This record gives sequence, C-alpha cells and structure tokens, in this order.
Amino acid sequence: MTIQTPFEPSARGVPIIESADRLPLRAGIGLKPEHFAEILATEPDLGFFEIHAENYLVAGGPFHHHLRRIRDRYPLSIHGVGLSIGAEGPLDIAHLNRLAALLDRYQPQSFSEHLAWSTHGGAFFNDLLPLPYDPITLTRVCDHIDQTQERLRRRILLENPATYVEFAASTMDEAPFITEIVRRTGCGLLLDVNNAYVSGVNHRRDPQTYIAALPLAEVGEIHLAGFAEDRDAAGAPLLIDTHGAAIAAAVWELYAFALNRLGPTPTLIERDNDIPPLPTLLAEAQCAERWIGYARRDRLEASA
Amino acid sequence: MSDQRLFIAALLDPDAPCPAGLTAWNGSDPARRFAVYRNNVVVSLIDALADTFPVTLELVGEEFFRAMAGVFIRAAPPSSVLLAEYGAGFPAFIERFEPTRSVPYLADVARLELLRVRAFHAADADPVTPGQVARVLADPERLPALRATCHPSLGVLCSRYAIVSLWAAHQGIGDLAHVDPAVPETALVVRTGLEVQVLSLPPGGDVLVRGLASGLPLGDATARAASVHADFDLTASFALLLRYSALCSLS
Repeated sequence: MTIQTPFEPSARGVPIIESADRLPLRAGIGLKPEHFAEILATEPDLGFFEIHAENYLVAGGPFHHHLRRIRDRYPLSIHGVGLSIGAEGPLDIAHLNRLAALLDRYQPQSFSEHLAWSTHGGAFFNDLLPLPYDPITLTRVCDHIDQTQERLRRRILLENPATYVEFAASTMDEAPFITEIVRRTGCGLLLDVNNAYVSGVNHRRDPQTYIAALPLAEVGEIHLAGFAEDRDAAGAPLLIDTHGAAIAAAVWELYAFALNRLGPTPTLIERDNDIPPLPTLLAEAQCAERWIGYARRDRLEASA
Repeated sequence: MSDQRLFIAALLDPDAPCPAGLTAWNGSDPARRFAVYRNNVVVSLIDALADTFPVTLELVGEEFFRAMAGVFIRAAPPSSVLLAEYGAGFPAFIERFEPTRSVPYLADVARLELLRVRAFHAADADPVTPGQVARVLADPERLPALRATCHPSLGVLCSRYAIVSLWAAHQGIGDLAHVDPAVPETALVVRTGLEVQVLSLPPGGDVLVRGLASGLPLGDATARAASVHADFDLTASFALLLRYSALCSLS
C-alpha cells in the first residue's frame, strides 16, 4: 500500500497548523524512569514526552503505571528503535503487532522509526546499523515502511541516521534517497539535526546543504542531542551520536537554520546516556522553545 | 552470505577484518570507523546486562563483569528486541564460566536478579484485600479446601547459598562481613504495589508456593510442604504471602 500525500516544498508564510492529534509546536524531552516521580509531582511546562517503544513492551508494573499518568497530562511521541526497517530479512510481524497494541493503548500523537537496521537472523544488536543507498535497499525500505504504515494504520516519521561509514555500493546520496522514500511511501520525516551534523562531519558534507535537500514540508518532528568526539584512522574528526552529552553549539546553530526553513516544529531533547537531573533537560527544552518562538514570529510576520 | 550477515559476523568478532565495501571520504582505513559500531553493540549490551545484574557486578567487580558479559554477548546476542528479556541465559553461562569458580554463589545471585527484573515488569493484578483474608480466616474449617492464585510477579528460588542475605547486604541491609554464603536460603520475589520485594521464605515455603501455584488446595500444598520439611510452619509462610500481596485470589 502506498499512502498518497501532497508533496509540497517548504515555504515561508505557510499557515501554522496546530491540533490535538499532532505534537504541539513546542519542545519535549525523552521520558526516563529516573524522572517519573519528579515529573508527576511538579508537572513541568513541556510540550510533550517521548518514549522508546521497546522499553514499554512489557506486561505491567511501574513503567506502565507512570506512563499512563504522564500520558493523561501530556502529548506523547513513541519512538521505535527495534523495528529494523532496513533489514535484509522480513519485518518481525510479532514486533509490529506489539507496536500496534502499544499505540492503541497510549494513542500517541506521533510514531517514528529509523532509516537503519538492527536485527539479522533472529538476533538483535541494539544499534542503528548503516545501509547502502542503492535501488535494492530503496525498494526494500519502502516495502517495509508501507507494511508498517498499513499495520499501524498511521503515517510514520522516518529518522535520518548518524553514520560512521559509507558504502562503495551506494549509488545515491542520503538526502535524495530519503526524499525518494518519502515520495514513494508517503511517510513523514523526523529530522534529527544532531545526526545531520554528525554525519556531515563524518562524511565531510555540508549539513545545511544536506538539510535543505530533504523534503522539509514532511518534517513532523526534530531531534536534538549531544555527541562525543573521536578521530578516524587518518586523524580526521569522527563524531559519535551518543545521546550522552549536552547539545553542542554547532547543533543549536544548525537547528536555527532548520527552523528558519521549517517554521515552528515539535522538537525533542534526546538524552539516553549519563542522564542529568530533570532541570538540566528542561533548560535545554526551554532553549529550544525560544528558537521555536522566533520561528513562529518570523512565520507570522511573513504571512501577515 | 548476505551483506548484513557479513557485517554482523565482523561486528561480533573483534579479531575479524572489517567487512568489504566500506569507505571513508578521506580514504582512511574504514576499520577504525567500523569499530564504532562494534563498540556500540558490545558496550550497549554489556550495559543492559549490568542494569539487570547490579549485585552480580558488585560481587565480581566492574572490570571482571564487563569482560565476562562481553564473552556472553558474543556467544548469545539478544534474540529479542526487548532488552528487559535479555540475560535469561546469563546465570547458566556464569555457572559454566571457569573464572567464576571461586564465587560459587554468583550464578544463583544472578538468577535472583533475573527474577527481580521479571517481577518488575510482570502483569498487574489486584492482590487479595484484608477483608477477603479476614473472611477466609474466620472459617478455619474451610481453609484446607482453599485455592489461591499467585501474583504474576511471584518467583521462588531455592539456593544452596545465602542469596537473600548476600543480595540484601548489597542494598545496605545487613553487613556483608557477617553473611555466611554457605547457608542455604530460599528467596521469594514479588512486586508489592510498585516495589519488588526480595524476601527469605521459611523452610518448606517454596513447596507451599509451588503447590498453590499449580492449583493444589491449601491443605494438600501444606501436607506436601510438611512432608519435605518436618518443621514447616504454615502460618509463617502464609502470612508472608499475604503481607506482601503475593496472592490475588482466595476461593
């Protein structure tokens, strides 16, 4: 099945659309068990929370207890990390069914997954592994996204990857590859600005040019995160997408560039390692909200 | 072999060459870049095991644990994307892992920690209420025919070692120096509300719980426990089950 959606280029002056079945045009943070109690006790002023689907595919207990209460108070984004859309093998139907049940239970405003693979031959490797950008991979990824959208009965957002190697077999650049996926499947895009920056440095491509070449009108959410710095065998910088540090200044700059093109967009502060106290994440969310506010003002002025 | 199979084979074997067909913009050796994936996979899975088995880690130290976990991961990567389920085979691996011979109770402590994680994520169910308990106890003649259902989180582990005391000492309860690991203990693991409890079951308590869980009426389960342990104390075991919400129905 292919979901037909109008494909429009991004333009300044498009109206700002808000509704209860979409993520609000605000900042959110990743929901971490260490923050459950504090969130419920203080109810911080935040646009939304995001969870990793796989952490909540458990029968019961404290995770569901707290998520239910937080979902009652906030919009929710569910982010899959294990569907393995890029895998050579077929999608795991049992996993897809579990995801469908989780989405039914929590009715999130957004569901997203990655342009990557993480399973092979029944084993799971807990990392987002890279893909060659060639026609065979394109067809396979599109088939898997069609199947996912059909089963979940919703449009998904696909996240651009952070990668450390490229493939001799690639016949397309990443941005046109993603653009073609979006065109064929009607899926939306989760623009991970940190990934765009990390991959830009790692493969010496200009991240602004990369972002500008993506189908920006289909972006439903932005991710911001921190990276670690390493070196490749020739001593060139190699950035690692760790989600374990504060968002770098260069990524904030690239975010501002992206918002200028996109207009106000739901933005997640993504932190999965070395989890800081809640106020640290809230401060980063507030910083993102200031940028969203500027984008909103620009958009309103342009359309006035 | 498929490209992804080759990628995986190189990912799990630190001595394997980097897969063919990988490139870098500057022509540098892609092996250094590929090592990032190798590191991500192994480190994140070791971290997942460290989360599930924190006391096991403390007992052998971080360095030893991570080396041992690395061997396990390469031999048995997760078969499910649900990492909460990963590590079911880790205790048996520890038992066969030669360098842990000097810590004979390590595998059972790991089994106890696995029960804790299972209890934490187990299905929700309402425990019997004090009113239901009072009604049942008011009519002692009917007690032997009573059947109970156990909470989905309930687990029991009999060990030749003092697993409950060892585990508790690592939570700051009791002094590790005063624990004799060679004293057999039976652990009862159950989620009471949102808290997972690790309790010491009196002798025979495990037989009682297994009997009740298999559908035996209380009288038969008690007789079975008493046949295994002459000094079986029904009141002590039954009170523990009720106090910690381990039973969900009495009929």
